Amino acid sequence: MADTNGARLPDEIRDAIDALRPRYPTEEALLLPALHLAQRHWDGWLPDEAIEAVAHELNLTPAKVYGVVTFYDLYHQKPVGRHRLRVCTNLSCALRGAEEVLASLKNHLQVDENEVTPDGKCSFVHFECLGACEQAPMMMVDDDYRGHLTPESVRQIVEELD
Amino acid sequence: MAYEPVLLRHVGHPEVRTVAGYRERGGYRGLEQALTMEPDEVIEAVKDSGLRGRGGAGFPAGLKWSFIPKETDQPKYLVCNADESEPGTYKDRILMEEDPQQLIEGCAICCYAVSANTCYIYIRGEYVEQAEILEEAIRDAYQAGVLGDSVMGKGFKLDMYVHRGAGAYICGEETGMLESLEGKRGQPRIKPPFPAVVGAFGCPTVINNVETLCNVPHILERGADWFKQIGTDERNTGPKLYCVSGHVERPGTYEYPIGATLNQIIEGCGGMWRGRQLKAFIPGGASAPMLPAEFADTPLDFDNLAKAGSMLGSAAVVVMDDQTDLVRSVYRLAKFFNHESCGQCTPCREGTNWAELVLKKIVAGNGKPGDDELILRICRNMGGTTLCPLADAAVGPLRSLVQNFPDEVRAWLDSDGALTPARQYFSEGVTV
Ligand SMILES: Cc1cc2nc3c(=O)[nH]c(=O)nc-3n(C[C@H](O)[C@H](O)[C@H](O)COP(=O)(O)O)c2cc1C
Ligand code: SF4
Ligand code: FES
Repeated sequence: MADTNGARLPDEIRDAIDALRPRYPTEEALLLPALHLAQRHWDGWLPDEAIEAVAHELNLTPAKVYGVVTFYDLYHQKPVGRHRLRVCTNLSCALRGAEEVLASLKNHLQVDENEVTPDGKCSFVHFECLGACEQAPMMMVDDDYRGHLTPESVRQIVEELD
Repeated sequence: MAYEPVLLRHVGHPEVRTVAGYRERGGYRGLEQALTMEPDEVIEAVKDSGLRGRGGAGFPAGLKWSFIPKETDQPKYLVCNADESEPGTYKDRILMEEDPQQLIEGCAICCYAVSANTCYIYIRGEYVEQAEILEEAIRDAYQAGVLGDSVMGKGFKLDMYVHRGAGAYICGEETGMLESLEGKRGQPRIKPPFPAVVGAFGCPTVINNVETLCNVPHILERGADWFKQIGTDERNTGPKLYCVSGHVERPGTYEYPIGATLNQIIEGCGGMWRGRQLKAFIPGGASAPMLPAEFADTPLDFDNLAKAGSMLGSAAVVVMDDQTDLVRSVYRLAKFFNHESCGQCTPCREGTNWAELVLKKIVAGNGKPGDDELILRICRNMGGTTLCPLADAAVGPLRSLVQNFPDEVRAWLDSDGALTPARQYFSEGVTV
């Protein structure tokens, strides 16, 4: 077992993981659910401490957990905004104006992709198809889908976030 | 005769999310029927129906189930593929939102047929709300005795769990999905062995798409003969969801007998967007080769689309009007495949990257005569040389661009790449 620097998960996450254990024949299969739980706890991203704590909890090496974290687009290793915006720019959304929506959002927030606004409120990324092409162009605001965007409405939506 | 929807018949009746509401509207008769039969008879019925997989490859569902070994002490699994990440595709989302018990019923019948006592529904990580809807529906099914130690009191034990992915298209490929379920990077496995023999956690596993499984209760309830009457012919049977996006007036998921034509579908969507003309369409998601408007009368089923040089895939119909720049459209798809290649196979890792770079150069106005040939050469090096079909999928839009729309490519190669109005946007006038 590699050294995990003494990092530990808070009790409520350990309990939540324990509740999932009977679902799987291996401990390793708990890794994605555990990372989702940890990321929620650590304000939407996974600092080293979180990754090492998950590794410790599931008896995996940190290297193995880092490997998984870096593979998936929904896990973040850098701080994110209080609200996370994912703007779909894949074809169906692009055909209905996603590039213009993204440009408008970027202009409004005055930060680049993957950066957090100075007030900590928002960060944004462009994303591959989010499975809601009938609402194109669309984005996700945290866990919610917002569709039929225009360059104007995307600013409005950001304004209305707390 | 008007077509009565089968898969979408409960749309607009949110009460069907509970077992009681679903039963009220006629649900769970397929499972009841299945439980009166021998598991092998259930497999035979699904085989006989001609149901082919709705996830992309169109493999016969009953035949796949019959590959699960019978004489084994190992546990068996069903993994329902709800990863739905093929660009343009959102039908499984609709099925899970509108009728989660229908999916649970289909999964339960499949599990009974192959003697699997555990089912995982692997859902893409972005579908947070849909995962909650499913969790809620599963909880209710346990309480109602549909799931648990004795399914409907018939002594068959079945557990069902929702497992969330974390954002990776390749986890929709069945063995990438198994790796991901097991807590690993979602890198596809070498086949054989096939999942039916060595699948999840080293055990025999069926993997089926959400829509495939949603068809199953109806086959059991109404019979294979009824199912076979729907569709184009005996190799293309049953109802089909087409998820339409792009330049139509009312994009959405529409149900037709398999084999609807694009013309029919566009009409159902209220016509082309702003009355424009059709230029091209993708019949089956980003992996399906793009077709010109002449194919608007082709039945969109497995075999007719294969004959037309494309594929039904996930039946994500992306409609592009006469103002669409096809080179820029395919460039966007090339970027997608480059981003999603898992990197294990050199032809895929390098080929998807090269394809993106070449197209990027072209749409920047720096294309050279011969670049169209170069694209085809990249395609030849990628096709059929890799572990999983993602590389072939990436070839689909690339090759069809050069072969079906040579003038579009040449216009870019011959020009200085200035953004003329038609090129400025994928389609002009997007700000509604
Ligand atoms: C790159 C790639 C992505 C795929 N994505 C999906 C997907 O999101 N959903 C799906 O059902 N099948 C997907 N498939 C197909 C699956 O590998 C598999 O064939 C399918 O889930 C089998 O179910 P079916 O027989 O019911 O269609 C994908 C295949 C490839 C190669
Ligand atoms: S073809 Fe591409 S995505 Fe598939 S296993 Fe190889 S590198 Fe990975
Ligand atoms: S292309 Fe944007 S949601 Fe599908």
